[in-house]
Amino acid sequence: MAAETDTLKRTPLHERHVAAGARLVPFAGWEMPVQYRGIREEHAAVRERVGIFDVSHMGEIETRGPQAEELLQRLLSNDVSRIPERGAQYSVLCNEDGGVLDDLFTYRLGPERFLTVTNAANHERDLAWFERHARPYEAVVTDRIHAYAMLAVQGPQARALVAELADADLPKRFATAELTVAGVPRVLVCGTGYTGEDGVELLVPPDHATAVWDAVTALGAEPVGLGARDTLRLEACFHLYGNDLTEDRGPIEAGLGWCCKEETGFIGAERATRDRADGTAERLVPFAITGPGIARQGNPVVGGGVVTSGTLSPTLGYGIGLAYLPVGRTEPGTPFEIDVRGKTRTAEVRTKPLIPEER
Amino acid sequence: MADASYPPDLSYHEEHDWARIEGDTATFGITWYAQDQLGEVVFFDPPEVGKTLRKGDPYAEVESVKAVSDVIAPLSGEITEVNEALSSAPEAINEDPYDSGWMVKVRLSDPSEVDSLMDAAAYQESLT
Repeated sequence: MAAETDTLKRTPLHERHVAAGARLVPFAGWEMPVQYRGIREEHAAVRERVGIFDVSHMGEIETRGPQAEELLQRLLSNDVSRIPERGAQYSVLCNEDGGVLDDLFTYRLGPERFLTVTNAANHERDLAWFERHARPYEAVVTDRIHAYAMLAVQGPQARALVAELADADLPKRFATAELTVAGVPRVLVCGTGYTGEDGVELLVPPDHATAVWDAVTALGAEPVGLGARDTLRLEACFHLYGNDLTEDRGPIEAGLGWCCKEETGFIGAERATRDRADGTAERLVPFAITGPGIARQGNPVVGGGVVTSGTLSPTLGYGIGLAYLPVGRTEPGTPFEIDVRGKTRTAEVRTKPLIPEER
Repeated sequence: MADASYPPDLSYHEEHDWARIEGDTATFGITWYAQDQLGEVVFFDPPEVGKTLRKGDPYAEVESVKAVSDVIAPLSGEITEVNEALSSAPEAINEDPYDSGWMVKVRLSDPSEVDSLMDAAAYQESLT
């Protein structure tokens, strides 16, 4: 146990987490806060007011050069040419077979300069993949994981709070701006998030991460751990890599066809084209448990299919999740059953998001 | 949640379960440490009355928002009563783990097993 924790990486905010009473757990090689005061309380803070997350475990890859756009167009499933300067775009990274290697946000920082945010567990693999495919292109790929700490400020009051600390207007949704925040210059402020609430994500030089954290929490943002991050994203039906997305699944069956532009010729486009035309055996759908119990990742669906994410929805008070179901059983309202550790639990296909958008 | 506490009148099992022993019957629950590790309990799946429990084996499940955990029987016996109130108010396991958060009452099949359990001081020592 001690040896295991010794090798874990710590974010620049580690001492802040300890001081706030966080429970720290190993996560993708990092020692991360899973909760502070309690998942339900933290969840409610983000839905009703504002919370701050340390997501410094997430990685960053910079791609720059005259052919940076061409390289990313080949790697990423979405149409990278359509990202305006200071814009953001979601996409997946696929292998040659069209299986998903990661899901990512890419920001265009300049005409020939992009920053892609990776999932912690995939960062090294993504970086190697980027570097390997960059060779024929006039583009330089740089690991920027040590250049940034990442803080997410999310909730209905998030923008107003960060605006108080910023020297200029915040970027709109899916846009970025380099601002001075809490006296820290060159903070990359991004109008993105993973909670289903409005808010921003802040890419901060690591040495200044505590200054930004302190300023945001002093204005009333509650620290929120990875536990509530998971319940928030699941209510909003955002995919989690490793659960809902894996190399064994293609983006079409995962319901991510909207961010796949096959005409750009990205690696893996052939499978996406085929899956779109022929359909897939299963499809990822949101569901709700209609009786007692909570389904969890890996629980089999009776008659075929599998739960890839499951939790209790703190907002709704019952079990929710995402599951791959055989096509033909994926219509909203379709009842089905899940084998939860030997007990049959009843569920129903729902539409996304699982919580009402207007509350 | 209340502060850590380990009542001296209880017997403790290493899997973070307690037993309140009264002759050849006992009440079982999980310790303050167990509920703290688990976080907010949102679901208790009770066992059936009449079920036979073996010391060290799981007999029920508690779920927090994040995960599900087995509850281990600290002693062997047969369930005579289940705390039905936990089905609608599982948070009692967090708020009051030794009293209203009790899980089952059991008729012990081998009261001599009690000797293998820890007292509060030994259990607290095992947590450090």
